Parts: sequence; C-alpha cells; structure tokens
Amino acid sequence: MLFHSTRQQWLGNIRADLLAGIVVALALIPEAIAFSIIAGVDPKVGLYASFCIAVIISIVGGRPGMISAATGAMALLMVTLVKEHGLEYLLAATLLTGVLQIAAGYLKLGNLMSFVSRSVVTGFVNALAILIFMAQLPELTNVTWHVYAMTAAGLGIIYLFPLLPVIGKAIPSPLICIVVLTGVALLIGLDIRTVGDMGQLPDTLPIFLWPEVPLNLDTLMIVLPYSVSLAVVGLLESMMTATIVDDLTDTPSDKNRECKGQGIANIGAGLLGGMAGCAMIGQSVINIKSGGRGRLSTLTAGALLIIMVVFLGPWLSLIPMAALVAVMIMVSIGTFSWQSITDLKKHPISTNIVMMATVVVVVATHNLAYGVLVGVLLASLFFANKVSHFMYVTSTLDDQANTRTYRVVGQVFFNSADKFNACFDFREALDKVIIDLSRAHFWDISAVSALDKVVIKFRRDGADVQLIGLNDATSTIVDRFGVFDKPEEIDKVLGGH
Amino acid sequence: MNNNNHRRTILACIDGSTYRESVTDYASWVAQKLSAPLKLLHNIEHRETPPLMDLSGSIGLGSREELLEELTSMEERRSKILLEQGKLMLQSAHQRAISMGSSTPETLQRHGSLEETLVEMEEEIRVLVVGVRGEEHEHQEKQLGAHLESLIRAMHRPVLVVNRPFEQPPQRIMIAYDGNEASRKALDMVSLSPLYRGLTCHIVHVSDSADIPSAQLEEAAATLQDAGLDVVSTSLHGNVQPQLEQYCRENNIELIVMGAFGQSRIRELLFGSVTQRMLINSKIPLLLLR
Repeated sequence: MLFHSTRQQWLGNIRADLLAGIVVALALIPEAIAFSIIAGVDPKVGLYASFCIAVIISIVGGRPGMISAATGAMALLMVTLVKEHGLEYLLAATLLTGVLQIAAGYLKLGNLMSFVSRSVVTGFVNALAILIFMAQLPELTNVTWHVYAMTAAGLGIIYLFPLLPVIGKAIPSPLICIVVLTGVALLIGLDIRTVGDMGQLPDTLPIFLWPEVPLNLDTLMIVLPYSVSLAVVGLLESMMTATIVDDLTDTPSDKNRECKGQGIANIGAGLLGGMAGCAMIGQSVINIKSGGRGRLSTLTAGALLIIMVVFLGPWLSLIPMAALVAVMIMVSIGTFSWQSITDLKKHPISTNIVMMATVVVVVATHNLAYGVLVGVLLASLFFANKVSHFMYVTSTLDDQANTRTYRVVGQVFFNSADKFNACFDFREALDKVIIDLSRAHFWDISAVSALDKVVIKFRRDGADVQLIGLNDATSTIVDRFGVFDKPEEIDKVLGGH
Repeated sequence: MNNNNHRRTILACIDGSTYRESVTDYASWVAQKLSAPLKLLHNIEHRETPPLMDLSGSIGLGSREELLEELTSMEERRSKILLEQGKLMLQSAHQRAISMGSSTPETLQRHGSLEETLVEMEEEIRVLVVGVRGEEHEHQEKQLGAHLESLIRAMHRPVLVVNRPFEQPPQRIMIAYDGNEASRKALDMVSLSPLYRGLTCHIVHVSDSADIPSAQLEEAAATLQDAGLDVVSTSLHGNVQPQLEQYCRENNIELIVMGAFGQSRIRELLFGSVTQRMLINSKIPLLLLR
C-alpha cells in the first residue's frame, strides 16, 4: 500500500512533472537571487539554499507537488542577524531552525493550523505579496529612467508573451523577459546594476561545511530568537501553501510529515552554506499550473537549478537587476489574493478586520508570525463575541406564591457572564426564585461564579433560591474532554438545544 | 466460521474491462452457494494526470482563483462522465446478477483508490471477486492488473481472481497444498466453508526435491473427506507452477484454491512468488485464501 502510493507520488506523472520542474527551476533562479539580496547575503547563499531545500523536501516532504526553496518571508527575518553577526551565524540559525521544525513535527504542531482561520490565511498571503513588492523598491529608487523602462518592458513581456498562440504557452515568459532584457542591456551597453554587482555567484556545487561559530551559550542566545521566528514563519507559510496545493489538486497531504521535512531541508541547507527557506506560494501555483503534481517536479526544479547556475554562472552575473525586479513584481502580483479585495464587500466586517489586521501588522513588523498571531487572536475574540449572543433568559411570575422562574438558554462563558447577570431583575421583591438551567451550558469558571453571584444576591434580598437542572448545566464545564469524542456524549451534554 | 459471516457480503469489483461479466457471474455463484448478499462495486479512481499544461510560468492577479476554477471544471466534467459510465456498468451487472439467480444484489459507487476503498470496506466483505486485469492492461497477457497484487496483500479476506468467462458452476477444484502455514489455513477454511460442499477436490502437492510425508497429505485429505467433499490426493515432482498447470489441464479442474503469498518477502525477492506466477499464467480462476 505504502509502497504503491510512494511510487505514484514519484512516477505517477513523469512527463508533466519534468516539464513543470523546468519551468519552476527557471523561475526559482531569479527569486533565489532576489531573496539573497533582501537578506543581505551573496546570491550563492540563496541559490544553494533553494537547491538543497527543493531536493530534500521532494523526498521527505508531506505535500507532493509543492515547491520549497529560499523565500522572501524568511529572508526578511534574517536581515538584522546578517548585518550584525554575519553569514556564519545565519547558517547556525538555519540549522537550529531545522531542529525546531523537526521538533514541531514530532509534537504534531501542524494540527494547530486549524486555529488559523481562512481570513488569517488570506491576510498572510496578501501581506507576503506586499512584502515581496516592497523589497523590490530599493532597486527602483535613485536610479536612472533606464531601469524603469527596463522593468516596465520586462513586465510587458511576462504578461503579454503568454498571449501569443502556441509558443506563448510552451516557453516560460519570465525566461524570455530575462533573456531579452539581458540581451538589450548588453547590446546598448547600459550602465545599470546587474546581478554580478550584488555579490558572489556559485561557481561550484555546494560543499559540506559546519558553520564557523563558537559553540557556546552566547551564540545560542544570539541565534535562538531568529531561529524561533524562522521556524514559526517557515512552518506557517509551508502549511498554508500545502493547503492551497491541497485545494488546487483536490488531494490530501501529511502536514506533520511536511513540518519534519521542512526541518530536515533546512538542516541540509544550513550544512551546505544555504539560508533557511520554506514553501513558496507563488512557485507552487506556477508548478501546478504547469502540470506538476508529483515529487519529481520539485526534485527536477532543485536539481536543474544548481546545474544551470553552475554552468551558466558567468551569464547569470550579466542579468540586469531590472529583469529580476520585473519577475519579482510578477511573483508578488500572483501571490496576492485578488479575490480578497472583491470579497471585502461580501464578507462580514469582523472577517475583514481580521484580514486587514494581519496585513497591517505584518507590513509594520516585517514578521509574518506577528501578523498571524494578531489575526488568530482577533478571530478568536470575534468568535467568542458571536457565540455570546447565543444566550437568553426568559422568566415567568407565579403571583400567588410570589415566585419567579428564570429559564436560562444557551452558552454561558467568560464573554457572556455579564450579560447573564444583567438578565436578572434583583429589584423585584420575591419570596422564591427558581432558576432553570437545564438548557444552559456553562463553559468555564467565569460562568459558574456569575451564577454564584446571582444566587447570593437573591438570597441577600431575602428570596429562597432553587436551581433546577444544575447537573446538566455544569457537566459542560467538566474538562474531561475524552467524552467529547463520542457523538452520543456530546448529545448528552448539549441536549438542551 | 463465525456468525459475522452471515452479514458479510460477496463483493464484486466492476470496471470497464471485459472481465466484468464473468466477475459478476462468479460472484453470483459464490453468493448463492454461501447464501450471502451480493454487492457490486464500481470504484472511480481519480487519476493524477493533469488535464492542463500551461508552461508560460507567469502568474498575475487572480491566477490562483482562475486556476482553481479551471481545474475544478475540468475534473468535474471528467468525473461526471466516469460516474455515468459506472452507473451503466453497474446497471448491466445488476441485471446480469439477477438473471444468474441472485435475489437482491446491491450496487455501490465509491471515489478514491481501489485499495483504499476495499480496505475501508474489509469488515463487511466475505469474499472479494476481481478480474485479473483492469481496463488499463486488458490486452496485455502475461501482465497483472495494476492493483491486483497490492490489493491481495492488503486484504485479509478470500479473493477470487477471475480470468475467463463463467461457463458452469465449478465441479472440480484443486487445492495446492505444500504443508506450510498458509496452505494449512487454506485447508481449514475449505473444510469449514459451505462453498465447497459436494465438489470434487483434488489436493495436489508439488515438490522439487523431497516428498512431504504421505501421512501429512492423507491427513489433509481426511480433513476434507470429513467435511463432505470428494477427495483425490496426488503428489507431484518438479516446478510448482507448470506442474499445477498441467495437472489442471489433465483433470479438467475448474477452480484453484490456494493460500496466497505464504512465503517470506525475502524468499519472494530471490525466487519470485508462486502466487504471482500462478496469477500470471493460470487459465483457471484462482481463489486466494489469506
């Protein structure tokens, strides 16, 4: 069984996987270079990372057909570490990131993704697109008009070339863009910035090297905060990309295996002189669009990338930055969820606030983890608020006995506790108060203490208080979650509805 | 056999291959012999071959949504056709089963890989009936269906592999007996099941070197005689698979019963599996007992 599906994942789609892998490899090269520049390291660091991560994840990942490599989200987190401590510390941080991610995989933290709501995912994706775009701006400020013209021409080629019949859909347009712009720049002899100006390109295959950092507590304290951020953001983006690929291909993935896989891939990258990376939304979409579905597509992309880079090294350095910027702008546009803008009108305001808050926090902090944290918290608060509406109290008065019976229906918890209190009329002079709780659900201690308060208040006013159905109501706060696994137990607890 | 068996069904796997009629026939025969309910299954495999290949490598505003929309509508169309075809196949199989004398055959359509579907349904299966090759490899003799081996390994129920049209209810069956664990279990199952009542059963032992003690073979024969079968027992020398083939031809055997994949995986890797060779070469339906 297992063997069969492994074979299917590798060899189920050979031709299309190979072709898609080539398309992705061509698009990965400019991205890896661009992200290295964001992180402030030589392009070879990003290229080696993309090679290692893509190749390793194709074997150990949990989502066939997803592309992982050096990414912008991760690069943004490394900037200060590289600036203050240098490349060797980045490699150490990459190793530690991998270890943390493997631990997360074994702790099954991938399951926590269920707390990340759809609007947070949308916010994350949009924020990522904005960050990738903003990272291109330094290349577009304080430059001559040639750069603007080149970038515009590049975007024109990328988006108009696919419209051509036959060849439009057979040759990747980002490749045409890069080749044409490089050719033009060489022919006219334009004096604009090229990839070669940005740092060292790889001239050999990557070699194994242990990061040259002192192995002591100081190093750990420097590296750890970055590694935690990198591990969290890497897993978040990978899990979200996996969900997107799941949706597109209508196939399931193993999220916890993917967590561990990302960790192994990062350790591999760290040991071969690459920076930390994760899954890439834009590239994965390109892969699926090109027909890639299996593990072979990711492997092809990684392997081909290093082959092309090593053999075409001298040519790579001639690529004008403007061509790279054009490709990256395409990636950011493609990553952005256009639908989320049109959905703003349709969706409830709380959903929109969650999405926007995620975007704003990420753009302000340049850390996607903070954005997701804020988004998840906001979404939970909104949810609690919504559920608190599902509570009401009715009452009937028995004139002869001067007794009022309150019937509580719905969810009583921290957020609805005040509302619960406000439902009782303490000024009414009564001999006896009956509170019927058989259709109420008490979720936490706040709810119980709210009930205590009500009872005490009535007693102080001289009324006898009788509680009905207390057992049903309080059984809901029992923290023995085991019973909630069985539908009939849930029916018993929530039977009031 | 235990009481659960009465609720368990005979499951016939129907697909587009020519075997689907004989699968239906054999399944109806088994169902009637065991007075078990008959269920006809058509499984829709979602092939991963992408219907779309756009190598332009560019993504723009709304590409993701467009791509999802495009892939969904393509797969929707393909699945609808498969669903419809499957329904027609099930319908004709249903009618055929009724004409064979089954009273109320049920039909069922499921999505997903065949192995997954069957493993999920294992609890309710009593005997599984499958064609030796599916529609993909239909005309490739000497090759097994894509799923067959992994399916037999995954299942813990008897699997009847059908490889020729059903002519008449089998009268003469052969049990390949080599004295090992799997074949002894197979023997027990044969002696207990009502499927084989009143049939002539040839117990055949083939060895390339030493005989098994004839006492063992006699004991096996006695077990079956006690269960009410006519028994013929034979010991042969030579290569297992060709010898069995020849014996079947000479004695007009109509069904082979054997324990499946009884050897260790290592032995199989080195010498190949007898079960596999039998599956590829046999001209007669095989009932594999697990």
